[in-house]
Formats: sequence, C-alpha cells, structure tokens
Amino acid sequence: MLNYVIRRLMQGILTVLVVSVITFSLMHLSPGDPIEAFVGERPLTTEQLDLLRERWGLDQPLYQQYLNWISRMVQGDFGDSIMRPGQTINTMIWDAAPATIYLNIYTLIVSLGIALPLGVAAGVKRYSGLDYGSMFVAVLGVCIPNFWLAIMLLLLFGLYLDWVPTSGVDSWSGWIMPVIVLATAETALLARLMRSSTVEVLTEDYVRTARAKGLTSFAVIVRHAVRNALLPITSIIGYRIAFMLSGTIIVEQIFAIPGLGRLFISAVYRTDYQVVQAMVLLFAVVIVLVNILTDVLYAFIDPRIRLE
Amino acid sequence: MHRLAGREREHRSEFRRAWNRFKRYRPAFVGLVFIILLCVVALIPGVLSPYTATEYPTTSGASLSLDHPLGADGIGRDMLSRMIFGTRVALIVALTATFISVAIGVMVGATAGYFGGWIDSLLSRIIDAVMAIPLLVLIIAFVAVLGSGLFTTVLAIGLAIWAQYARVMRADIMSLRERDYVLAARTIGASTSRIIARHMIPNALAPIIVIATLSVGSVIILEAALSFLGLGVQPPDPSWGGMLAEGRRHIRNYPHISIIPGVAITLTVLAFNLVGDALRDALDPHQTE
Repeated sequence: MLNYVIRRLMQGILTVLVVSVITFSLMHLSPGDPIEAFVGERPLTTEQLDLLRERWGLDQPLYQQYLNWISRMVQGDFGDSIMRPGQTINTMIWDAAPATIYLNIYTLIVSLGIALPLGVAAGVKRYSGLDYGSMFVAVLGVCIPNFWLAIMLLLLFGLYLDWVPTSGVDSWSGWIMPVIVLATAETALLARLMRSSTVEVLTEDYVRTARAKGLTSFAVIVRHAVRNALLPITSIIGYRIAFMLSGTIIVEQIFAIPGLGRLFISAVYRTDYQVVQAMVLLFAVVIVLVNILTDVLYAFIDPRIRLE
Repeated sequence: MHRLAGREREHRSEFRRAWNRFKRYRPAFVGLVFIILLCVVALIPGVLSPYTATEYPTTSGASLSLDHPLGADGIGRDMLSRMIFGTRVALIVALTATFISVAIGVMVGATAGYFGGWIDSLLSRIIDAVMAIPLLVLIIAFVAVLGSGLFTTVLAIGLAIWAQYARVMRADIMSLRERDYVLAARTIGASTSRIIARHMIPNALAPIIVIATLSVGSVIILEAALSFLGLGVQPPDPSWGGMLAEGRRHIRNYPHISIIPGVAITLTVLAFNLVGDALRDALDPHQTE
C-alpha cells in the first residue's frame, strides 16, 4: 500500500513537472514578452526596458528563467505579476480560492444528494415511468451548455420572478443559481452511473441470497445493493473534479463570483502570463493529488482492489 | 479473385449488421437525420438564409415575424440568417477540431503502444500531463498564446483533447502487438510503419470512432463557451456562443436573442450524443442480434 502511494506520488510529481515545462514553453512561445505587454504605448527608452527585463529576470537564458520559476513554485512562492504590481500572485490566489472551493463543495453535495437516490430508484424500478423520466432528464442535462442554462435561470428566477440576486454571492441566496447550474451536468452524469451500477449489483448472488433469507426489499436495497453500487461512484468523483473546475470558470464569470476561474479569465484578458502559468500548474497539482487520493481511497473502501 | 469477392461480401454484412442494430434505436435515427439536416444547412447557407449574417435589414431586437421568423438581434441583424451561418461555424469547428485531435491521438497512442520502453514512458507522461489540466483551462491557455479567431479556436481545441484518444489507442495497440497477423505481416517483411498503419490502427479504430462521435457534442459546447467568453470566434462572424453572449446583454428587453442559440446548441449536442451512444452499442462485438 505504502509502496503504491509513494510510486503514485513520484509519478504525479513527474506529471506536474511535464505540465510545468509545457506551460512555461507555451507562455514563452507567445509573440512579445510580458514587458512589452505591460509597457504598451508608454514611451520608454531601450535602457529603461532593459532595466525592467533585468528586474524580472527576463534577460537570462530561457532554461535559467524556467529553473528560477520552478524552484520558486516548488517552495510555494508563485511570484509577482508584472501587470498587477504590489500584489503577489499568492495573495491573488488565496483571495480567490475560497469562493471556488465553496462552489465546488456545494455542487458536489447537491449533485450527490439528488443523483444517488434518483439513480438507485431508477435502477430498482427499471423500465418504469420514473426510470424513463429521470434518464430522459439526465440525457438532456448533459447536453445543455451550462452558460446557457445560467442565462435562462437568470431570466426566469432573477428577472421575471425576482427571487434571487442575478450576480454576486454576498448572501446565501446568491449561491443558489451558480450551484444549480454547475450541479445539473454532474447530477445527470452521476445519476446515469448510479442507475447502471445499481442494475448491475442487483443481479449479484449476494442480493439473491439476501432476498432468499427473507429480508425486506428495502433492507436488501439499502444494506446490500446500494453500498456496493456506490463503489464505482467513488472512483469517478475524483475525475469529475477536473470537469467541475472547467465549469467553474464559466459559472464564476456569469454570476460575478470572485473565484479562481474569474482570476484566470481576467489574467488571460490582461495577457498576464505569470498568473496564467502559475494557475495552470496549480490546477494540475490539485487534479493529480485528487486522482491519487481517489485511487487510494477506493482501494481502502473496496478490499477486493489490490494496489500493486 | 473469387476469394476477394467473398471477403468483400463478408465485410458488407458486418457493416449491415451494425447498421441494423443502429437503426433499431429510434432516437439515434432521429439524431442522425437532424445531423444530416445540419450538414445540408452548413453546406449551402447562402441558399437557405434570407439575408447575410452581417447586414442590418430590420430594427434592433425585432421580435418573431413572418419576415424574420426568429426575429432580429440587438443591432437589427436577422437571427435566422445568423443561426444558419452559425451552423456552418459550429460544424466546421466541431469536425476539424475532432479530426485534428483524433489524428494526434492515434499517432501518439500507436507510437507509444507499439514501441513501448522509454518512448512509451515519455509519451505516457505527456498524455498524463495534458489530462491533468482542466480542459477549458488548457484551451484558454492555448488561446491566450495563439490569439482568438476561427482558426485558432479549432487549433486550441484540437491540441487540447487528443489525450483521450491516445490513451485508448495505446492500450489497443499494445494488445494487438502480439497477434498472429501482426507476426505474419512482419514475417513477410512489411515495414514497421506499414504494420502500424495498415494492420494495427484499422483494427483499433472502432472505439476511437465511438469516442469521437460522442465528443463532437462537447467540442460544440467548448467552441460556444470560448466564443461566449469572447475568446473564440470573433464578431461580426456568427457563432452560437457569441450570439449567446450578445443576447445576454439584451436579456431584459429581447430574451429571444439568447434563447434561440441555446436551443440550437442543446439539440445539436443531443443529436451527436444519441448517435454516439447507438454507435457504441452497434459496434460492440459482444452485442447479439
């Protein structure tokens, strides 16, 4: 077990290093350097420009710049932004992270809370009206683009009915719509998965045995079927985090939530490459860690899985 | 000659069986018809649309009427015409980006799977790295470097989503490497590239086709998302996502501008997903008649 975790961590570090090389070279492939983007039209002499480049280490060879950057990143220092002087990238990220974390946690709770019971019910009552109805909604839920869903909800509940604020998360009611929007696709996906997982488990011998010894069908479903049907769900949730982060970018933009997605997009709009490359790396670290955690947790819950 | 003819018939019946299985699934058939209609619209937009996408035949936000069946957008352009030309943009991006990603994925995956060793380790780490970045973050990072526009949108999406194909291809090629017909091809002196391209890749293509069909829908959403954020197809070029962004500015007064493109995106994605699902079932060799 410990060997497996160590090997996965080493592999993860390697993956993150590859991400850092890709991101760094990508950002330096772009035409013009950050100094030019920062200075813009301001009249500066070549000497002043060189001084600025020296100050930001941009006069050094590319591999040296990479080493400087990655060694600071490893120590948890994301550096400064040329475009937004006076504020470190660490502060920007720390200020933005809570909103994104809350958004993702709320979304996960809501989608699991709806998808699990719905998926089990649909799987148990296969080919019933409930099954067809919920699976139709689930198919549709994956197809609706989240930004359109957001606009339609804003139109209905924000403007016509005036029940919830149309932007910001200053009050709890501000969270309702962003969470619904993000949770729709997740719920749809998890419900479909839970349904097929339940259907599969219900054909197992131990379910037949449980029925044969006279347990009520409620006890069979809750105690024997659902607990086993949950296993594949745990393995998928980790991988969904990456998708949820993608969705967060758009939802934060539409509902004006000051989170990581908004920080990322605004950095792209400002061509603030230092923030962009730091954030890409940060996202990759989070996803790699979550994936390792999921696999280990999975093996922990399901003793049939042997990690080697 | 005789033998060849026999093989030909065998081949057709395999295809026919898959087609029969596919046809039986009604929603997928409806989806296929819808996709064909979209393709026709995308091929001859000039014939079907009453106006061009960039002229101003009416007043801002005019609502639905006989002259303008879908109304007008915020600056008086005919919505129907913009939707029709937008179909072309959506399909061009979806099909080209999917093609680029499949091409990269198949090549990288086949190389890694066939050669193994350090080549496999290196390529696998690159695949892992690409998959460790949230899709939209990666695409936006590409756009930040490449700039926005139709061409860079296609390129950015294509460069971001190839890893899933590479992973599947790698596993399939690895399992095919030990097959007898590969050994036979090698014995008669076929070159490595010929073995991979002519004997192995065609045998590993079915799952790739299914994933590609299923991912066309998500590519359409990705393009719309990019254009919605102002990072994809640029105005005045019509794109469904860009029209949504424009509609959002007029949401209070002219809600139809943001309703129509969303319906189009949802239906298109639904059609591709239904066809992809049915294709997966139809191409599954374990499925019985």
